Amino acid sequence: MMAFFFSLILATGLVATPAPDSVIALTNARIVTVTGDTIERGTLVMDRDVIVALGPDVAIPQSARVIDCTGLTIYPGLIDSGTQIGLVEVGSLAETRDGSELGDLSPQMKALTAVNPNGVAIPVTRISGVTTVLTEPSGGMLPGQAALINLHGYTPMQMYAGFEGVALRFPRTGRRGRFDRRSDEDVQKAADKAQKKLDDTWDGGELYHRIDSTYRAAPEQGRRPEYVPSMAALLPVIRGKQTLIIYVDTAKDIEAAIKWVEERKIQKVVFSGLAEGWRVADKLAAANIPCLVGPVLSVPTRSSDRYDKAYANASLLHEAGVTVALRSDDTANARNLPYHAGFAATYGLEKEAALRAVTTVPAEIFGVADRLGSLEVGKEATLFVADGDPFETRTRIHHVFIAGYDIPMESRHTRLYDEFLSRDPALKKHERN
Amino acid sequence: MNTRIAILALLLITSTAARAQQAPPSGDILVQNATVLTITQGTLTSADILILDGKIAALGEEISPPEGATVIDATGLYVMPGIIDAHSHIGVSNVNEPTAPVTAQVSVGDVLNPYSVSIYRALAGGVTTSHVMHGSANVIGGQNETIKHRWGMTDPAALRMAGAPRTIKFALGENPTRVHGRGNSVRPASRMGVEYVLRETFSKAERYRESWKRYEGEIRTDARAIPPPYNGQLEVITDILTGDILIHCHSYRADEILMLLDVLEDFGVDRVTFQHVNEGFKIAPELAAFGKHGAAASVFADWWAYKFEVYYSTAYNAAILARNGVLTSINSDSGELNRHLYHEAAKSQKYGDLSDDEALALITINPAKQLGIEDRVGSIEVGKDGDLALFTAHPLSIYAIPQTTIIDGRVYFDRDRDPDDVRLQVDPEAAVDIAVLHEKHDHQACLEDGSLTVYDLAQELE
Repeated sequence: MMAFFFSLILATGLVATPAPDSVIALTNARIVTVTGDTIERGTLVMDRDVIVALGPDVAIPQSARVIDCTGLTIYPGLIDSGTQIGLVEVGSLAETRDGSELGDLSPQMKALTAVNPNGVAIPVTRISGVTTVLTEPSGGMLPGQAALINLHGYTPMQMYAGFEGVALRFPRTGRRGRFDRRSDEDVQKAADKAQKKLDDTWDGGELYHRIDSTYRAAPEQGRRPEYVPSMAALLPVIRGKQTLIIYVDTAKDIEAAIKWVEERKIQKVVFSGLAEGWRVADKLAAANIPCLVGPVLSVPTRSSDRYDKAYANASLLHEAGVTVALRSDDTANARNLPYHAGFAATYGLEKEAALRAVTTVPAEIFGVADRLGSLEVGKEATLFVADGDPFETRTRIHHVFIAGYDIPMESRHTRLYDEFLSRDPALKKHERN
Repeated sequence: MNTRIAILALLLITSTAARAQQAPPSGDILVQNATVLTITQGTLTSADILILDGKIAALGEEISPPEGATVIDATGLYVMPGIIDAHSHIGVSNVNEPTAPVTAQVSVGDVLNPYSVSIYRALAGGVTTSHVMHGSANVIGGQNETIKHRWGMTDPAALRMAGAPRTIKFALGENPTRVHGRGNSVRPASRMGVEYVLRETFSKAERYRESWKRYEGEIRTDARAIPPPYNGQLEVITDILTGDILIHCHSYRADEILMLLDVLEDFGVDRVTFQHVNEGFKIAPELAAFGKHGAAASVFADWWAYKFEVYYSTAYNAAILARNGVLTSINSDSGELNRHLYHEAAKSQKYGDLSDDEALALITINPAKQLGIEDRVGSIEVGKDGDLALFTAHPLSIYAIPQTTIIDGRVYFDRDRDPDDVRLQVDPEAAVDIAVLHEKHDHQACLEDGSLTVYDLAQELE
């Protein structure tokens, strides 16, 4: 019976076994805390979901399950600042895509609602050390609210990692791609129309904010404002309580977005994408807007650009003084986030800055640095244990813990390997009669 | 246009034209003091490679440079054979002729575009040879072209790798059934229909060949014998059946791959390379046992889940195939991914414990064998083409940077010396170069936009 149950778990492959021991000690490990000094040889103790001790000379509690990490290094779980994990299962099948709702204006849509905790990409991603991702809605100008999730949990709320931001796809002035055959005039018209739509929408939001505030100040004196869900969803942004994530890529659009943010006095804002961020790095730095940059593994936007500009983008932004977090902009292969960081490091970003760009920096941007992004006593036990530099391709991840749960190092990919490396029966042909 | 701009434009045109016409100097190069990853003959430390007249002439220590040869000090650098991408769509102005389930008569070799900057970007990733393929809209698509990345040569013919065997694209599964069956109500609409299209076309070609043989016999004795009608498509299919054209078949699912193996066996075709072949791992023993040499597989390192037929995938595919004796390569199918095939090989090494040489073979000698060019490229051996990729670190390291790329003993990419803007053709009247945002990889992008026409869709099916 147990064997059957076990195989059932394997078959679904989506369930992480809760740590049976409430106290786990990782001993003899190199510990990269990110925020503090690296401990060359030490112990990290977690009690359920929290790191309770950490250092070169830590007493190991009697009750602890001890995992010897000699030769291994502990890192905080990596954070991917842009994916659609949980929202998109199979890219080409509409039935399995929940990231996009009808209409241009749907900021009230919540990605978290549609996160499928049993998505096959979840185990694939987390066993590569990526423990936490921003999962994003994608359709229209205001597609909804992105959510930060941990890649373990039976319900979306168990996965929720404490941040939701309203997404805004800033109007694009350029062409959509190689197959955009519109005339220059039509491209400009469409851009003007989109900008007007954004401005009208924001005017509406600000008006709704004034009406709503007036009503709230004296509910008995006025009529309750009409229910406009898209406007209501913008209120926390307009009131400076919730972050607006602006997706913007080309230099011209980035400059327009900086100006728009200033004009509209958006208090909490981050930019995401920034393919041409390097062209306007100084302006981004002066605007003091944090940037979720990526994908790093990408081609330059213009055929006149130096071939390695996409690799170097994060580094050039960082050098200019921009706060940079990295994103894979991928779903099935968000597991490659460490390689996006590795390429950024190879093409100019200091390794430490690259590591921060997938740990502490996004944790700070998303307002969860008190729990995630670094290894410190009192923080969440969301971490992984590797046999080397996490950006180096050959490095293997030996253990992953998410909020103290000892994650099985399995996914569809590893299980198919186990089954088919030496297939049995190997070769047997049935003849047709 | 005022005069100053006109002069500037003229200067631009002449200077880029001058660069375009000129092949890099000399086919004689001495690479000194490098760590040489030969792939087939182990790794040499502090070794020299001498290339004369475009061919590797000597490999060893302290080779003295012949007069006039370019000398490259590669101290601290790693040298590997130029990388070969067995599945690419760069450097062409069209990819698909989607109008019928069989379009064997067309060839992407007719639409090579030497001005495409994607060729230079591939060079900057150490890639010297690409198998530029027709798209996957048809069961039997067009013929492919094996090119060398001779960036700067503006004659399309100069890109061709002369003497490389002819190859053709086949495609099974979702793409041809969608474009023709569901898009146009023309068979195939199912994997059954795909087999039917193949068997019918092969049978027609057999009849066609027989009718010509009959005619060739008749004409010897009867001067008035009437030749059968010429059919350009069946001429090509005939060359497939005789083995003169190698099949490279877009495929994903194990069942459809087995189907093609059966069909080929019935028609006496012995060589085939499956492309993508995400479920190849399920039938690795069958692939290895096919024909005299086994069927080959050219796979992605880790792409999956962009469509249903790749949902049951594993990044361990390459390792499972290789360990079961299948000739395996890693390809890009992408103008982004082809710039870091060395990193893709490293991922395949990680997923399944391949040795360094096994991993690097996935992007060198193995694709060379699949394209039938292994006597010319794919390893560093005396007598082979002088195609080399120089890296700042071991190419399987994430920190490796491609430094210099050499084809036929000429430097076509040099990270330190090349200008930022390498375009060969600049329109002086265009205001600015248009920013085109990188689309998520093509399979995904094309399938997400329902508003695309069948033609557009087919353009994207790579």
